[in-house]
This record gives sequence, C-alpha cells and structure tokens, in this order.
Amino acid sequence: MSSTVSYWILSSARKTIATLQGGQRLYSRYASNRIISRWRFFPQGPATLKDNATACGGIAVQKAYRHTSTEEEDFHLQLSPEQVNEVLRAGESAHKILDLVSRAPDSVLRFESNQLAANSPVEDRGGIAACLQTNGLLFGIFDGHGGHACAQAVSERLFYYVAVSLMSQQTLEQMEEAMESMKPLLPILQWLKHPGDSIYKDVTSVHLDHLRVYWQELLNLHMEMGLNTEEALMYSFQRLDSDISLEIQAPLEDEMTRNLSLQVAFSGATACLAHVDGVHLHVANAGDCRAILGVQEDNGMWSCLPLTRDHNAWNPAELSRLKREHPESEDRTVIMENRLLGVLMPCRAFGDVQLKWSKELQRSVLERCVDTEALNIYRFTPPHCYTPPYLTARPEVTYHRLRPQDKFLVLASDGLWDVLGNEDVVRLVVEHLTEESQHKADLAQKPTNLGLMQSLLQQRKAQGLHAADQNAATRLIRYTIGNNEYGEMEPERLSAMLTLPEDLARMYRDDITVTVVYFNSDWIGASSKGS
Amino acid sequence: VMLHRLLAMVRGPGRCGGWQKGCSARGSASAAAAPPVVLPARAQVVVCGGGIMGTSVAYHLSKMGWKDVVLLEQGRLAAGSTRFCAGILSTARHLAIEQKMADYSNKLYHQLEQETGIQTGYTRTGSIFLAQTQDRLVSLKRITSRLNVIGIPCEVVSPKKVAELHPLLNVHDLVGAMHVPEDAVVSSADVALALASAASQNGVQIYDRTSILHVMVKKGQVTGVETDKGQIQCQYFVNCAGQWAYELGLCSEEPVSIPLHACEHFYLLTRPWETPLPSSTPTVVDADGRIYIRNWQGGILSGGFEKNPKPIFTEGKNQLEIQNLQEDWDHFEPLLSSLLRRMPQLETLEIVKLVNCPETFTPDMRCIMGQSPSVRGYFVLVGMNSAGLSFGGGAGKYLAEWMVHGYPSENVWELDLKRFGALQSSRTFLRHRVMEVMPLLYDLKVPRWDFQTGRQLRTSPLYDRLDAQGARWMEKHGFERPKYFVPPDKDLLALEQSKTFYKPDWFEIVESEVKCCKEAVCVIDMSSFTKFEITSTGDQALEILQYLFSNDLDVPVGHIVHTGMLNERGGYENDCSIARLSKRSFFMISPTDQQVHCWAWLKKYMPEDSNLILEDVTWKYTALNLIGPRAVDVLSELSYAPMTPDHFPSLFCKEMSVGYANGIRVMSMTHTGEPGFMLYIPIEYALHVYNEVMSVGQKYGIRNAGYYALRSLRIEKFFAFWGQDLNTLTTPLECGGESRVKLDKGVDFIGRDALMQQRQNGVYKRLTMFILDDHDTDLDLWPWWGEPIYRNGQYVGKTTSSAYGYTLERHVCLGFVHNFSDTGEEQVVTADFINRGEYEIDIAGHRFQAKAKLYPVPSLLTHRRRKEDVELSDLHGK
Repeated sequence: MSSTVSYWILSSARKTIATLQGGQRLYSRYASNRIISRWRFFPQGPATLKDNATACGGIAVQKAYRHTSTEEEDFHLQLSPEQVNEVLRAGESAHKILDLVSRAPDSVLRFESNQLAANSPVEDRGGIAACLQTNGLLFGIFDGHGGHACAQAVSERLFYYVAVSLMSQQTLEQMEEAMESMKPLLPILQWLKHPGDSIYKDVTSVHLDHLRVYWQELLNLHMEMGLNTEEALMYSFQRLDSDISLEIQAPLEDEMTRNLSLQVAFSGATACLAHVDGVHLHVANAGDCRAILGVQEDNGMWSCLPLTRDHNAWNPAELSRLKREHPESEDRTVIMENRLLGVLMPCRAFGDVQLKWSKELQRSVLERCVDTEALNIYRFTPPHCYTPPYLTARPEVTYHRLRPQDKFLVLASDGLWDVLGNEDVVRLVVEHLTEESQHKADLAQKPTNLGLMQSLLQQRKAQGLHAADQNAATRLIRYTIGNNEYGEMEPERLSAMLTLPEDLARMYRDDITVTVVYFNSDWIGASSKGS
Repeated sequence: VMLHRLLAMVRGPGRCGGWQKGCSARGSASAAAAPPVVLPARAQVVVCGGGIMGTSVAYHLSKMGWKDVVLLEQGRLAAGSTRFCAGILSTARHLAIEQKMADYSNKLYHQLEQETGIQTGYTRTGSIFLAQTQDRLVSLKRITSRLNVIGIPCEVVSPKKVAELHPLLNVHDLVGAMHVPEDAVVSSADVALALASAASQNGVQIYDRTSILHVMVKKGQVTGVETDKGQIQCQYFVNCAGQWAYELGLCSEEPVSIPLHACEHFYLLTRPWETPLPSSTPTVVDADGRIYIRNWQGGILSGGFEKNPKPIFTEGKNQLEIQNLQEDWDHFEPLLSSLLRRMPQLETLEIVKLVNCPETFTPDMRCIMGQSPSVRGYFVLVGMNSAGLSFGGGAGKYLAEWMVHGYPSENVWELDLKRFGALQSSRTFLRHRVMEVMPLLYDLKVPRWDFQTGRQLRTSPLYDRLDAQGARWMEKHGFERPKYFVPPDKDLLALEQSKTFYKPDWFEIVESEVKCCKEAVCVIDMSSFTKFEITSTGDQALEILQYLFSNDLDVPVGHIVHTGMLNERGGYENDCSIARLSKRSFFMISPTDQQVHCWAWLKKYMPEDSNLILEDVTWKYTALNLIGPRAVDVLSELSYAPMTPDHFPSLFCKEMSVGYANGIRVMSMTHTGEPGFMLYIPIEYALHVYNEVMSVGQKYGIRNAGYYALRSLRIEKFFAFWGQDLNTLTTPLECGGESRVKLDKGVDFIGRDALMQQRQNGVYKRLTMFILDDHDTDLDLWPWWGEPIYRNGQYVGKTTSSAYGYTLERHVCLGFVHNFSDTGEEQVVTADFINRGEYEIDIAGHRFQAKAKLYPVPSLLTHRRRKEDVELSDLHGK
C-alpha cells in the first residue's frame, strides 16, 4: 500500500523538479556503510554489492542519479519540505482510546504509528488490534525478509492465535458451537490498525480451519480459565510457525493457496508483540525487532528500559543457546560472520524453513512444486546445515507491571534500531512530547477572538510549527533517515533519501515500522494504589 | 414514551451553548436506566442508521403506507454527521437531480415543524454565492438559468447588491454573485428527530443503541439482520449508516460494495456579534475562498473545504458516534484567513470552538442510492459529500418510491449504487480519491474534468503504446480511455490552466482527428465497453433475449442488432448492440458503465438454468474501432478477404484473421454512424493486430483518434448514448428509436405494452437535435449539457449532450423538447410541434438561436467522398 502512496506523491512531486545540489557526495558517503540484507544468498547479495559500492562508488552514484522510469536524465528531483512531509506522513496513523471502546485497557491513552518502505513492496508489517473476547490490546511489529509473504501472513494470523489462546474455556466452546452450526462467529478482534492488504479470501478460510483446530486442541486441555498471558504468547508464536510449516507439507488442493503458503514458509519474518491489559504488559519477541519503555523517574530524568533482547549474533545468550542445541563440532559454523550459518541475521524467526527442515524434507516438498523460480522462492540449503532446525519462532516473553513512571512504549523494526540507539529514541519521543505540550500551550490559552487567533496561527506557520510532526513515529523515522554521521538532522539528506529510486532505496535504508504507545500514568497510579 | 426519551438525548448546534456537553454523559445515564428492550421478531423493512437519511427513508416509507418498518441506530438518534452538520440547506447544485432533491427537502423541512410540532429552527435566510473570477460567475450563471426553469427563484447580482444583502461582506474583489432567496438554515439533528417522530407516529418502530452485526442473505435475497440485541427477520434492509456504511456493507454473506470514505471537516462557532446578527442574515458561500459562512445565534458559523483534506477512518469503525475528534487550528488557518479577508470586521468576534465533524465522500462527488446489484432487498442511501441535509428529504423520498414502486419517479442513474462495482472499493483508492474530491466541492467545475487520483486501474494492453504516441486519458468505470492524441510538435496547457468554459486548447487536435475519420481512417481503442456472452444448449438464450430486448433477435447467424433493453414502462435500462454468433450464442456490447447494472438486470430475469450461461467477457477482448472510408481497405489488405458491402454487408459479424492472428471478431459497425469496423481481439493478439493495422494503414493515412472525436462524430450524426441522452425514463419512441423496436416480432417483451400504449397516445417529449446558429465558437461560451431549451420564448426542456460538429461547423446539442400547457401539464409532442418552433438554447443566461432537427443532417460532403472512393476502388479493382 505505501508503495502506491509514495508513487502517487512522487509523481505529483515530479512536476516540480529541481537539480539536486551536492547529492553526489551524499550517496557515496552513504553507500559504503549501510548495506544490510538479511539473507545474504539473495541475487543482490551484499558480497557483490559491497565491492561495487567501495571500489566503484562512482557507478552507484551514476545509477542513483537516474530515477527509474523517468526521462529526466540530468535531473534529480528534490522534494520541498512539504513534499518530504507528505511522503513521511503517508503511512501515519494515530488512535486515541475513547471511553466508548470500553474493552480497551484504561492504561493506554493513545498510540501513534507509521511506516516507511525501502523494499518494494515493503516487507515490514505493523498491526494493532483489541481482543474483543478478553481485555487487552495487542501491538505487533513484523519484519519480513526474503519477500513480504511471511510477514504478511504472520501479521494477519498471529493476532488471532494470541486472542484465541487467551480465551476462556467457555468462550472457546461458544466459538466452536457457532462454527458447527454455521452461525456467525463471535468477533475475535477489532483491528485498530490492520497490517495491510489482506490475502485472498479462500486462503483465509483455510487459515480459519487451522485456527479452529488450534482452539479445539485448547478445548481439549480443559483449562477453565484458559492459558495465562505468558503461556498464550509462547504457544501462539510456536503454534503459528508450526502451522505455517505443516501447511505446505500437507497436500493442498488449490494451487493458489499452495503457492502462497510456499512463499510464506520459504520467506521469513521476525516478530515483536506487546499485550497490554491494565497494568500488565507482556512483550513476546522473536528476532531483532525491539520494544523499549520510556521511563521518567521522580526527579524528572528520563531513562530507557529495554523489554526485549535482540536475537542475533551479538547476543551472548543466543550464541550459547545455539551452541548448546547443536553438536560441538558445529561451534564454529553455527554462527559465521555474525550470521546464523553465515546467512541469516536474526537467530529467531517465523518461516525460513530452509533453516528448519532437513534437506530431504525440503526436497520432497519442493519437488511437488511446479515452478519455484516464478514464485520467487530461493531453493537453497545453506552450507553447514547438519542438524536442523537452527531457527526457531519461540519467543522470549518478558513481563512488566506498569508503574506511574512508565510513560510510553516504543516498538520498532530493526530499520530504526540500526541507526538510533535506545536512548536516542527515548530522547526523540520526549522532545516530541515537550514540543507537543508547548504547541498545545500556545493554543491552550486560546486567543479569544478571531483576529488574535489568526495572527497566532500565521506566526506558527511562519515558524514552521504547523508543519511539526503530530506523530512521534513520524519524528522517529524522520531522524532515522535524516541523521548524518554526527547525529544531526540534515534536510538535504532527508530529501535525497526519500527520492532514491526504488531499486536503490534498500541499499541505503531498511523498511522502518514504528509504534509508540502512550500510557495513562494517572490511571496506573490510581490502580496500583487501589491494589 | 420512547420518543420522548429519544428526543431528550440529542441537542443540535441550533440550541443553546451547552449543546456539546449535553450529549455524552447524560445520554448514557438515561439509557442505562432504561429497561432492556425486546426487538420485534420480524418486520418488512429494517432501516439501519438514525441520521437524517435513515429517518427520512423511514418517514417516507410510512407515508407511502409501508408501516411495518424498524429503524435501528447503534448510538443515539442523529448522533453521527447529522448532529454536527452545519445546517445549511442550499438548492444551488450542479446536477438537475440534486437540485430537485434539495428543492423537495427545502419544502419538506419548511412545513415539518407544523406537521410534527417539533422545532427545527428552520429559517429562510437565502444564500449568496460569491464570484471572485469571471469563470466562477459563468458557473453561477449556468446554475441560475437552470434553477429558474424548475421554479426556484434565483438571480445573478452585482457586488453592490451583495453589500446591501450582507453589510459585513468585503465586496471589493468580487465580480458578481448569485442570490438564492429561498435557501434556508435549519438544525439537521432536529429535522432528523422530527422525521423520526412523524415516522414513529405512523407506526415505524425505532430502537437506539442497537448495533447491526450481520445482514443475513439467502439465495441473493435479504432475510434478516442479526443485532447485538437479537435477530429480526425482514425482506428489505436499508443501509443508511453514513460513515459506517462501507463496513456494514461487508457484514453480510454476500458483501455489498459501497465506495465511500470519510474526511475530517472543520467549522468555527463564534459568540454573537456586538449587535447580534439578525436571524435572517443570508448564508454566504465564497467558493473561491473555499469557505461558507452562516449566521449562528447572532454570531457566525464558518467552515470550508480546504485543499489538503485529512481523510480518517481508513481502518474502519472505531466509535459508535462522532465525538472527541481533535480540533486542528493550524489546519484551519487558511480558511480562517479567508474568512477574515471576506469579513474583516469579524476580527474582534469571540471564538466558541472549532468543531471537527467528519463527512463522507464518494469517488465521483455524487451520493449513493439504490438497490445492491447482488442482493435483492438490500437498499443503500449514503455518501452525501457534505450535502446530507440538502439532499435528505428528496433522497429519502426517491429511495422510498424505489422500494415501494420498484423505481423512483425521477431518473437517478447518476446516483445509482450500480454505477460502481467492487473495483471502486479498495480502501487505498478511496483514501486517495476523496482527498481529491473534497477540495473539488469548491473548485470550479468545468466541462470535461477528469479525476487525477485513482487512475490507471483498468487499462487496455495498448495503453503504453498509445500513451507513448501522445494519448491524453479520461477514465470511465476505472478504465482508461484516450481523449485525443497530442502531436509531438504541439504543447497543451497545464492542467490548471486548461480549465475553461470556452473553446478548449485541444480544438484543432480533435478537428484533425475528426477530419481523418471522415476522409481516411482512424483507429480508436474502445476496449472499455462492457461485453457479455450469452450461450445456451438449446433455445433458452434466444428466448430470454427476445423477452428482454425490444428488437427482434431471431436473425440469421452473423447479424448484428441494435436494441434497447427496456423496463416495464418502456424506458431504456440499457442500449446495446447484440451479435448473433451462432444459433445459440450471442455477443452483447453495452456502454462501459453498464457493467454492473446490465449484469444485475440480466441476472434478475434469467432463469436458474445450468444450460443457460451468462459470462462477462469484458476483460477478454481488446476492442479497436477502425473508422472512416479507408477502413475497408486496411482490413481487406490485412485479411486477404474481400470486405466490400457485397461480401461484408453493414451490421454483420464474422470471425476472421487479421495479420497473423486468427479468430478476430470483426463487425461492420461503428458507434458513430461513420463507415468502419469494430474489431474484438482476444487480448493476447491486441498488440500484434494494432501494429499490423498501423503499419498497413500508413499508406491510407491512418492515425490514432480518441473519444472526443468520437463524441463529435456521434452527436453530429444524432446518435443518442445511454447514460447521457437516454435513461430509464426515456422510451425508444421518444428518441427516434422506432426502428429498433419490433412490436410485432411475435413474442412479448418487457415494455411492449407501454410502447403500444405510447404509440397510440403519442409521446410527451422528443429527443431533438439543435444546431446553434449565431454562436461564435471562438468567443462564446460553449454548451455542455443541462442548458435550458426555449421554444418561442417558452421553456420546453434541457439539453443532454453537446459537441462541436466539425462538418457542420456549428455546435450541436441534443435535448428533449416537452410541450407544457399553460397550467404546466405535459401534452403530446408531435413532429409538427417541433418543426413549427423558433428555438433558443440558454448558455449561462445568454440565449443562442438554434435550428431543431428530428433527423440527422445528411452530409453532402461525406456522400460525395464516398462516391469518389467507390470509383477509386473500382479503378483499383480493374
């Protein structure tokens, strides 16, 4: 979706073309240090790219100069600040929890999210939903690799798995009953932000069947209260991943469903999912998305409380887990060049059956498949793959009881964390809050008459205040791609980064998806006193 | 009792200052105290939505005698857009049907207080539409001349008069204005409550705080609704859910696509002016300044339609009523500045608040009403584009008529849900399109305006090829169609500058395309046409088609028949061409926007029979129109088959080879009356055939042409098109289509009785062709459509389409002539009546003399050419 948005904006921007001054330097400087591809065996693997970029940086620049599908050989478009804002804000969404949506926990005040694509189509997904049969809000960030299929599937399905896992025995029985008598189901979720283009209807019905099998199994557990949140998150992650894997091992009649399921299983996605119910905050993470809390101590100082640990080669716990799970002989090969088996950055993820299945199983499944090439499936068994599975979707679940000093939660894909540190992120959100309250203050002591109001508004316009980001997620993205190596905001760089042609964008930046959730400290304070 | 409770809950902006507070807290308390309600188990009609639309539909249904009606509202009555509506009722609309709806609403609301005893705050203030530019004034003059003929007083006034009407207005930058003295302001929430109260007295049952979860459908028919308080069985369901209609449409076994999307809309409320403005202060619309201003309790209420709207609720529903939406003063700044420019003295006026009231918009700026094409008994009335109050009464009446009688009393095709299909329902498309539509409300509306967003959705395989050759595009039903081709050496004006009511910059381009169609050969990509195939194992296809179409379809295989698809009243539901491919299969070509409507109509009448198959093959064929005297040469050279009239008579269809491609469906017909062929090409051959045609055609002077050339050709030849000239209320006898009706074909068909009757009684209107006489193409305003026609100084009807005829070197308008008696009754129109009149066409207040014709003008020029051609080809033959 966002690719269409930016296409529209870019094509309207194209009308105002200006030569880009000093763009050349920008590209060459950037090209050398930001080439990250999750899967290294992909056609445009970093090995060749790196050579290109360092040795013949000039070529990359030449190419960057030409925008794909335009004739303006010698021009590059530079966006005006308004156009930059339009591009950055195209993916914005904000939501305020209202009294009427009584099912949402009172601890959440509002949330803001945004997404900026680098891949085409974008491989990140973000979704937000309220569980309708239990209390609680779910916030999810999904970062796909090797295509968007897996991220799309996980982002749509995981919420349902979690919601079902949290349901009481009684609710599950009602669901089953409705299903049996072909009556409309109880509503499971209310999407507050849908992860995007839903895949085809027929496929959804297959997914619903599998979800049903899952809840039938939960029913058979005979636990009246259902699972606790931690178990629910743990089970649903693993259950969904195994369903993704099993779906293509079982024969599927419909070719389209089958092809889609293959694409899902042979691509991958990391996931970070937060569940907020009153003061209870659970975060389940598998991969290198990250969730942090912005905390304001009594003395007014801000600090950061990480709620997840990245599952990658820089995490000693993950390293020792991997070594523990595989024979000693593989100690040197299980992580090579900071990648799992030398190929994959995150050590936990959905999909990626190449790293989960034996060679034999892979072969037998793919033999049945007509044309892997056309489906963009990479038939590849990494070297040193002796004792699969190497990859798991088992999440690490952390629990945090919200305190009045916990002001906000930031969830984002690694496109953000690669550039900004946890402290930077907290600082930027705090700045955003301060500015927002200042702007509000300007308007809070509202001028009483129209003339005064007009001059205040015109003043604000002149200062550019009206153009300030209303959305903290947008601000974070703006700084992620606009910061130079000294950590300063550089407008030219921002504009240049946003006008990169589709085929180049991924080399300079990653997909970025951010959600910022603001907590209601007063409510949290009152309810912790109460209990 | 219930009604009292309902009435107590909502206070519109027409009331005292505390209106905003009154709603949220108190309302819920009283509901909580109320005993649990029990819904009726069944009803004839369930209306969803307690806003002005839902209450108006319920009111009109009950007036027409349908009293077994249940109205359900998820929040409280009139708590959606209706509550926050600015309360301006304006009849100055661009479409005739919209003018009529607004006029009816005005009259209805005027007497509503008397009828129901509920105060509606109705005040006849009149309204003033300002023009800062000459073009805007032209636009207002056009509206003026059209309002006057339907009996709505309205006049164009000078800036000086404006200053007298409204002393606070700055009139220095104005060139004129339009004054509509009978426009009014009214509290829309109170109107909705009054309508609800009247409906309730007529027997309609109203339940608030009841959400519909699901609409039950069995075998394509509504059977009931499932609500959070239980089920109701019903035969009819009416979706008047406003902002929530899109999602409600999907909550059904058979989803109903209702393309609409909401945008935030802001307006300002102020405290009273030092000397409170009198309640009769006229409403001001300054479209060039993008704002409206009305009197509100002695102060003002002012809002507008900004250039950069903020779409919301893309993700869908998140609250039951509209409340707590954020104000955004920074966003409002341009409108505020515009307001203070218009009324500088208001600077000292004190602010009460900035209201954020989301409004729904549709992809073409027209509201949506009618029955779902896929679910019988599922009706819709939504998407008001900020004019819900103005349309509420009239739209509710038409929809009620539609449900009770099976059709509304006016032609509402322009508003019919079936003009859209599922293809307009993508959220991304809607979000982008409404961002264009909302500012367009106050933009200048000029002829031939094309939407810029949501384009390139459906294209022909030749799109890129044509685009590279300079094609400029227009869109119909999501399909890109070429308008004309800009030669490489020519530059056209930028989009904004090209807006004009006068001679457009493409005039010469289209002229040369037309000339080429007349003298040599042109190729036009007409792939957007709707194409159906009807096949059966036995005679079922022929039988059903004979029943559905007015012409005789029992023709030899290979013949093409032009025919109308008529309704019971003899009116055109569709006008199409049908080729008999074999004894048992037919190929049907209809206008582009008939894809949904025609399909629904055929499905409605076709028996459930697995031996009778209807297939939409629109996407399977690329259609090329080879048009012009040389088309025959190009084709015969490409196919090595003789194409002369002896071998390939007119209105004939053959499968043949063109170039390397075999199985091309070639039809000796055009849609303009020129000689030529239609080629229906399986899409994979499209590029090949196009290339072959272009390369072989080179020596005959072939070139690309677009729809503007086609339009000029067909109007000059007096070819009426469905959707523009023909509609469900016009019969073949009223537009010279007698030859396309076979009353004595030996089989009964729909509409036959009505036509028999009409043949006996005579027609009450007649489609006539007008040739403008004293019109200067270079200097005068161009006709468009909807211009009033005067006969001997008396208003007799309106034009339906117009174009410049390059052969006649005159403007040609098509339009209907009526014969009104002194008392306004319609009388029979005879050929003699038409011929014995002096005619004038009123373009924006200026009347031009016109000659009326009942039959196309035989063109001497083309005749002579054709004769030469025959001689020439004879020469070649020898």
